[in-house]
Amino acid sequence: MSKRSYYWFLVVPFIATLVPPFYARRGPTLFGFPFFYWYQILWIVLAALVVWWVYLATRKASHE
Amino acid sequence: MNSGTAIFIALVLAVTVMGFLAARWGNAKLNTLDEWALGGRRFGTLVSWFLLGGDLYTAYTFIAVPALAFGAGALAFFAVPYTTIAYPLVFLIMARFWSIAKRRGYVTTADFVHDRFGSRWLELAVAVTGVLSVMPYIALQLTGMQAVLERVGIASTNASALIFLVVAFVLLAAYTFTSGLRAPAMIAFVKDALIYLTVIVALAIIPAKLGGWAHIFDAAQAALAAKPKPGSIILTPNLFFAYSTLAFGSALALFIYPHSVTSVLSAKSAQVIQRNCALLPLYSLLLTFIALLGYCALAAHISVGKQTNLVIPQLFAQFFPNWFAGIAFAAIVIGALVPAAIMAIGAANLVTSNILQSFRARQTRPASEFAIARYIALLVLAGGFAIAVFLRPQFAINFQLLGGAWILQVFPAVILGLYTRWFHPAALLLGWAAGMAAATWMAVSTNFATFYPLHIGGGVLAGANMFYAFIVNLAVAALLTLVFNAVKANAGSDLTTAADYA
Repeated sequence: MSKRSYYWFLVVPFIATLVPPFYARRGPTLFGFPFFYWYQILWIVLAALVVWWVYLATRKASHE
Repeated sequence: MNSGTAIFIALVLAVTVMGFLAARWGNAKLNTLDEWALGGRRFGTLVSWFLLGGDLYTAYTFIAVPALAFGAGALAFFAVPYTTIAYPLVFLIMARFWSIAKRRGYVTTADFVHDRFGSRWLELAVAVTGVLSVMPYIALQLTGMQAVLERVGIASTNASALIFLVVAFVLLAAYTFTSGLRAPAMIAFVKDALIYLTVIVALAIIPAKLGGWAHIFDAAQAALAAKPKPGSIILTPNLFFAYSTLAFGSALALFIYPHSVTSVLSAKSAQVIQRNCALLPLYSLLLTFIALLGYCALAAHISVGKQTNLVIPQLFAQFFPNWFAGIAFAAIVIGALVPAAIMAIGAANLVTSNILQSFRARQTRPASEFAIARYIALLVLAGGFAIAVFLRPQFAINFQLLGGAWILQVFPAVILGLYTRWFHPAALLLGWAAGMAAATWMAVSTNFATFYPLHIGGGVLAGANMFYAFIVNLAVAALLTLVFNAVKANAGSDLTTAADYA
């Protein structure tokens, strides 16, 4: 995969968090948190992991 | 004086001393704009993390977002997708901006626009928009401080609160003047440590006392449903579009604000910014839990009347022992000082570098810029103070909301300009004007609501003002670019080269 194509993974958090019909629901709950909340909290973490992964991938590619 | 008040005062005094000592940090030679305003562009990953975190997640955010959750429910949590998607954007965009700014010595976004589009008017538009949007933001930091002072015990009367505000602000102005960006960078360590401590303790104590999260969500739902304007803890379908467009528009706007740009440019490399895009979301987690404290306040039956800004101070005062409330309130006040200083520096950079400039071709940065910028920063802080103290609080809130819509209107010139020179400078300027007019008109016609009910095809679609205005802006800029290109209008010069962006 070329360096630039990794950047497309950065689009994933947008799709996951900008379409409320996906997650504006009460259940299933987790630790008492409605789905609406734990899903969005989970995506803060997942988006950070995506960014970190793209950082590592593109940094390495730029040295080749 | 009780223990909480004593701790509060001691902490605020301690960071004031740090603010002045920061002038000596890293053998600084504070005699150029780069050193004063950007800390010499030498901050590494850790310092940048604290600085950006202290800059973007302000005291006002920590007061206003839970207040909105307390008053309106699920809508407040637009802040979560907003601060989630901002970082993938920054990862791409601001790393590129950092590179060209470093290569060509830019201190502001308007510096870049001047070189890229060869248009003095477009540069002015970008600079004026930045200053206008950041002034009410400074004022709101004071509002955040005021909310705390009313609870802290040293401000039992309006007069004593005002005296404290004046003293805190004069000291803030003084160390911003002497130390520049190094002052908030150093203070940010204390601010963020205190904020994390406060929130972790709040989460350890408050939910347990209220019977656990499941019960808190149920109680919040019941309380919101019983309000005169019923709310819900689960976003309702009529708000879906409003929620997404507000999150999206806010994320686009976040990093064009002058204070964000100032912090970003102070990093020592583009990699520092990219690494921070994976690390700063820790603050987004923090913000989410602070927002949820708004629900805790509902479950605890906290009553603040119409002053929802008092929700968090009231909650802390009720659940924390006196001495720890002192720490929590100090965290909020220091959390207001850090962004206020950076905002003043960012605005001063725009005024000095882009507004107070001749229309003629310019040479390298004169040394006098640094001397002027420090005084402009004082003026900007005084202006923010005046807005907060002499005008109705609602004015600053309305002005700040509108400022968010305004700052987004420079996105095509500043951010799209990083990637393409396709747009005609005159088309960008007219697009900006159309976006500014549309944002202002929508805000005024809805009595400064965040959302505008757009009537299309017989239905009504409520979306964020800022988003609709941005669409107007882009459409005008694109159409007029086609027109200007067709008539072969002079498209101005471009002083940047492809190598500058690497």
